[in-house]
Amino acid sequence: MAPAPRTYSPRKKSRIGRYVVYALLVAATLFYLMPVYVMVANGLKDKTYMTLSDMWRLPLYLNGGGFPLAWDVLSPSLWASVRMVIPATIGSALLGAVNGYLLSKWKFRGSDVIFTLILFGMFIPYQAVLIPLIRTLNLIGLYGSWQGLALVHIIYGIPITSLIFRNYFANVPTELVEAARIDGAGLIQTFFQIMLPLSVPAFVVVGIFQFTNIWNDFLFGVTVVFNPADQPVTVALNNLNGTTSVDWTVVMAAAVISALPTALVYILLGRFFIRGLLAGSMKG
Amino acid sequence: MAVTSPALVPEARVQSAAGRRRFSVDRILSPLLLAPSAVVIFIFVYGFIGYTFFVSLTNWKSAKPDLVIHRPVGAIYPDLFGQTRFQIDLRNTLVFTVAFLIMAVLGGLGLAILLDRHVRGSGFFRSVFLFPYALSFITTGVAWRWIFNPETGINLLIDATGINAILAANGSEPLKPGWITDPSVVWQLNGPIAAVFPPAAEWSLKLGVPVAMIAVAVAAAWQLSGFAMAMFLAGLGTISHEVREAASLDGASDYRLYKDVIIPLLNPITVSVLIILTHVSLKIFDLVFAMSGKGPGFATDVPGIFVYEMIFRAQRYNLGAAAAIVMLVAVSIVIVPYLARQLKTL
Repeated sequence: MAPAPRTYSPRKKSRIGRYVVYALLVAATLFYLMPVYVMVANGLKDKTYMTLSDMWRLPLYLNGGGFPLAWDVLSPSLWASVRMVIPATIGSALLGAVNGYLLSKWKFRGSDVIFTLILFGMFIPYQAVLIPLIRTLNLIGLYGSWQGLALVHIIYGIPITSLIFRNYFANVPTELVEAARIDGAGLIQTFFQIMLPLSVPAFVVVGIFQFTNIWNDFLFGVTVVFNPADQPVTVALNNLNGTTSVDWTVVMAAAVISALPTALVYILLGRFFIRGLLAGSMKG
Repeated sequence: MAVTSPALVPEARVQSAAGRRRFSVDRILSPLLLAPSAVVIFIFVYGFIGYTFFVSLTNWKSAKPDLVIHRPVGAIYPDLFGQTRFQIDLRNTLVFTVAFLIMAVLGGLGLAILLDRHVRGSGFFRSVFLFPYALSFITTGVAWRWIFNPETGINLLIDATGINAILAANGSEPLKPGWITDPSVVWQLNGPIAAVFPPAAEWSLKLGVPVAMIAVAVAAAWQLSGFAMAMFLAGLGTISHEVREAASLDGASDYRLYKDVIIPLLNPITVSVLIILTHVSLKIFDLVFAMSGKGPGFATDVPGIFVYEMIFRAQRYNLGAAAAIVMLVAVSIVIVPYLARQLKTL
């Protein structure tokens, strides 16, 4: 192979270098898609025709494989997840919008300290709050119910949603708020008339991010809700994963089904998802 | 808490004469509207942590709550650290964190640098690499559990290379790693330590690298390296074209450009990525729970699983609470300086 010419402009990279870059990217793509392939291909297999030693092969027949049974097992939990995730996402987004507005445009003495203390809540291992959390839910009659689980997600969602909204509103020119003030608009009117209409993109980002987070939660789902019919889909999938009475094809199909909602959101709205993720990790 | 009484705000701060009355009402309104969220968080985060710490000091170790303080106060902690299982958990967390950080951070940085070179289809590649982040730890655990199952998955690929046919022809054992079912601990330090510190020979903890934990770290890196990549890509996007141009004109090779110019400029991002991923790895629970559970001989046990089992299976509430507090302290050591630094820039 001829050595790459020493004098090149940054635009004209060596051809070999380009091939290496693409080869590495394709190899990485295969690695990242491999578990997805394993889940989908094996979920579609029929175990009458294929065994575990055929894991890497494509299914022989497309008759649904483990999907029909997986759907039967998972559908109550899918419904339980949807029913719980939607109010939890909306609730935590609304609280985050209010807090973010106050913490960026109506700072008062100590508000930054309060904000930081609130933020700490998104980093804690939730194991450290489970015992009093369950006792408290029991006390207010929500232990074991999906409403209780939704409430838990709303509360522990406050730090991240407040952070994303605060960073979003911080970029809205303060002149807008001041102009409204001169026109006689107060804190509440400014929020509803100026900030809320501007914050649709932030709601989309927070909505997608919280939907994904709450849908994917396992620890709260498995500890706060005990009635199997009300447990979220991550718990149902894990239960299926732990039993030996169902085939691996059913478990794989169940993994695909349970991941489908967040996967679809990611594929369709990935742009917003990345924004939420970057906003959620704060500015370096 | 530090909620400043709005009445103490000096009148001089009120700038707009026109909206003076309105404005001072709003000054009170802001902390008032923030209060519900703040109070709820202070109860559900700080209050509950305090309660969990309190439980760790009590006699509560059955289904029936027993909130009498156990004497001597705090004796549960030496008890906890004295348990071989918890010692194994701490060792596993350390090994997992190191292996996972190396793979996820270097992998993420590598992918970001590849995508930084204006390749065609970079949007597609980026979406693929970040995709696992949108899945639950349980889903990831299920998929990788089968990939690392010794009877199928990776080991089928090893067979397909023909290595095992050659080994069999030579009368050797086939290459068939146990992955997540392998209880062995390699690179044990007990011997060398015992040479200088004889009591180490008596330790029930094998100080070394549990092989199975590495397999779990691969799955975790698969899921979270895309996050590191996205962070690095965001950082690379802020490095101006002039910087690269200038380095190019100075005759710097691509390697030197990244090593001496770009990667040092990414340092703040690298620190954030390290902090966030370390705190994730200290808390890791669902992924291990679904993928391998405790593992053979606690080879993949982690504090998150320990707490869950102590509280919800064994009902040893005080011990579970103590382990949860240890997890919290470990996470705080990483996160609190990070938050304190953020506060200064607010």
